[in-house]
Amino acid sequence: MTQEQMVTLTIDDVKVTVPKDTTIMAAAETQLGIKIPRLCYHPDLSMQGSCRVCIVEVKGVPFYMASCSVNVWEGMEVQTNSPAIRQARRDIVELLLDNHPRACLTCDRDGNCELQNVAYATGVRERLFAGERKRFPIEEDGSAVDRNPEKCILCGRCVRTCEEVQGVHNLSQQGRGFTTVVSPAHNDNMDGSVCIQCGQCIAACPTAAFTEHDNTEAVWKALADPKKHVVAQTAPAIRATIGEGFGMALGTPATGKLVTALRRLGFDRVFDTNFTADLTIVEEATEFLNRFQKGERLPLLTSCSPGWVNFLEKFYPELIPYASTCRSPMAMMSSLLKSYYAEQTGIDPKDIFVVGIMPCTAKKFESRRPELRTADGLPETDAVLTTRELTWMIKNYGINLAALPDGSFDSPLGESSGAADIFGTTGGVMEAALRMAVEKITGAPPETMEFADVRAVEGLRERELKVNDQLTLRVGVANGLTNAKTLLDAVLSGEKEFHIIEVMACPGGCIGGGGQPYPPEGYRIFDKRLLAKRAEALYSIDGAKTVRSSNHNPAIKKLYTDYLGTPGGDKAHKLLHTRYQPRLPRGIR
Amino acid sequence: MMPVTTATNNREEVRRRSIEALTPEIVAYIETCAQDAHASSHLIGVLHKVQAHFGYLGREQMDAVAQLLQVPASKVTGVATFYHFFRLEPRGRFVINVCLGTACYVKGAERVADRLCEELGIHFGETTRDGLFSLEGTRCLGTCGLAPVIMIEDRIFGDMTPDQVPALLEKHVLQAQREDRQNGD
Repeated sequence: MTQEQMVTLTIDDVKVTVPKDTTIMAAAETQLGIKIPRLCYHPDLSMQGSCRVCIVEVKGVPFYMASCSVNVWEGMEVQTNSPAIRQARRDIVELLLDNHPRACLTCDRDGNCELQNVAYATGVRERLFAGERKRFPIEEDGSAVDRNPEKCILCGRCVRTCEEVQGVHNLSQQGRGFTTVVSPAHNDNMDGSVCIQCGQCIAACPTAAFTEHDNTEAVWKALADPKKHVVAQTAPAIRATIGEGFGMALGTPATGKLVTALRRLGFDRVFDTNFTADLTIVEEATEFLNRFQKGERLPLLTSCSPGWVNFLEKFYPELIPYASTCRSPMAMMSSLLKSYYAEQTGIDPKDIFVVGIMPCTAKKFESRRPELRTADGLPETDAVLTTRELTWMIKNYGINLAALPDGSFDSPLGESSGAADIFGTTGGVMEAALRMAVEKITGAPPETMEFADVRAVEGLRERELKVNDQLTLRVGVANGLTNAKTLLDAVLSGEKEFHIIEVMACPGGCIGGGGQPYPPEGYRIFDKRLLAKRAEALYSIDGAKTVRSSNHNPAIKKLYTDYLGTPGGDKAHKLLHTRYQPRLPRGIR
Repeated sequence: MMPVTTATNNREEVRRRSIEALTPEIVAYIETCAQDAHASSHLIGVLHKVQAHFGYLGREQMDAVAQLLQVPASKVTGVATFYHFFRLEPRGRFVINVCLGTACYVKGAERVADRLCEELGIHFGETTRDGLFSLEGTRCLGTCGLAPVIMIEDRIFGDMTPDQVPALLEKHVLQAQREDRQNGD
């Protein structure tokens, strides 16, 4: 850094020197540790400056400036906490609250709301501006994401997330003035719009203007029904994050405690979606090897992320033939539970109530898909709970998960290899597939199980993996759909070629899913430090296992011998694969 | 090398339906705009043309504009709902504008307006179910000497009293019937 590029200013009478493109907000935070309150600002999103909470006084400027969007200049004199600025900031927050329902005690985000935190931090202790408040109906007709415009403060974080991170552009401000509302085109519900159900708007929202569509009531009801055989299956990423709601250190695996908690809630069986993650790999690697040998329909696009599958159907329908036909691990498990498991136990599939515990809101939408229903037309997955919903249910029951003894999954649909654990992080499905594919191509297991090249929480990776002297596999990994677009467009234009592309809709993969816990104090959504800690939990579970390749999971081998036949065979196809179709409205990409 | 077109590509189908929702002139105009590096900056101009032809911006037309101009539909509706100029509902055959300017107001425009609402069974900003009348409020029409005035399409009716309302509406109903007969409907 040369001297010319540095700027010296004073903040609260303290002289600081920072690079010239630094914002006032960043200078105060990095140099003096002053965290100026903010709502609409997010470092990974474009600048909006709409909430005005982060205003500061700058000497010689006749109005207060939004510190998030003003760069420092030489000789600038900033006051972040003068009496006048504190009063103005408090007034701004009071005005936001005045147009907001007084429903904190009954709100989904009570205790975990940024608006609540800012109101406390800025010292709002009474409400002086009682006036008219905006009124809108709650939109809860969708299967995954509900919208409550009354709680919206118009900060635009969801709009920017949907646009910049996911490339979906489903949300925009509609109307003007007092009746402005954030919604999809035509005020449609999420299912009827180009929404891909990823739930990142829920994560991005500072309040509860977006929430997951509640399924807890249906699950409580099933648990209380003696005729129902209620079965839980837990996604790979849940074990890495469920502890966060119970004061466990970030990145602590909580597999055993999770199983015990589910048993205490009354689930009759607790199975592991990891088992079908292994099964996915066996089916998907087989599918890949077939296509690879024939040299057709490459790259293979992975299909375990239901948000990505929605994106594929709405935004890139021409690429449908390239997608793996494998169902998501959740859908495979549900299908097996209502066929294989029902036959084994003699329980009528109609009495089996399958609950997916998922980091994901799109899985709620997936569970309603007509192509994933039994012959009687019933959904194979009866209910899907996000990590947040399960956390609440455990607390509601009065259980402290952190203090529970470890339990283990039920057999046989509860055993998994380390390859399945890493499904929950970006690059994990790729690495799991490579462990098996390399062995099948070369006839020997890979030298190391750890494909460090595909590990990282960055959004976009392109790698060449040398399998042997004759073969180098070109692989692409994308998380966050704007990153996926970059890869897919390069493939469509012929600029790049790949053998496999792994796409996860959510930033970081399932560990950053739209159903995951709100970030703990000191972290924010899309935060690479947060994602890396959650990923580390999964890699540590994988590293501690002896069986680390899906095709060596003995329970999987047994399932093929006893029931499914051969990988990619007729029965496997019927139970484990699906089909996709172009969907309207078609997205603008 | 990957083939760009496959059986699952609905791009042409979506395009065809979008074209059907608009007129050839509007489609041609949008296509010129779409060539521009900043195609989305033409959105307001395109919506003006659509409204000029259809009288309002319907859902189908807005979706068609989104597809042909390649601007997300949420942005199209965002713009359409932001500006008061754009109408999202079809207009009636006769648009009745009630002047609510100061002079008209003082001379009883509100009573005339109430009677119109009562006779038509609609509120301001709405259209009768038979599609004949839309009721709008407007500010001064510059004919204060005739206050209170209402304007039906481009004709001014001055010195209005509530009691004149039924006959005036009836006259327009008959006019519509006459026109329909002439057109052989």
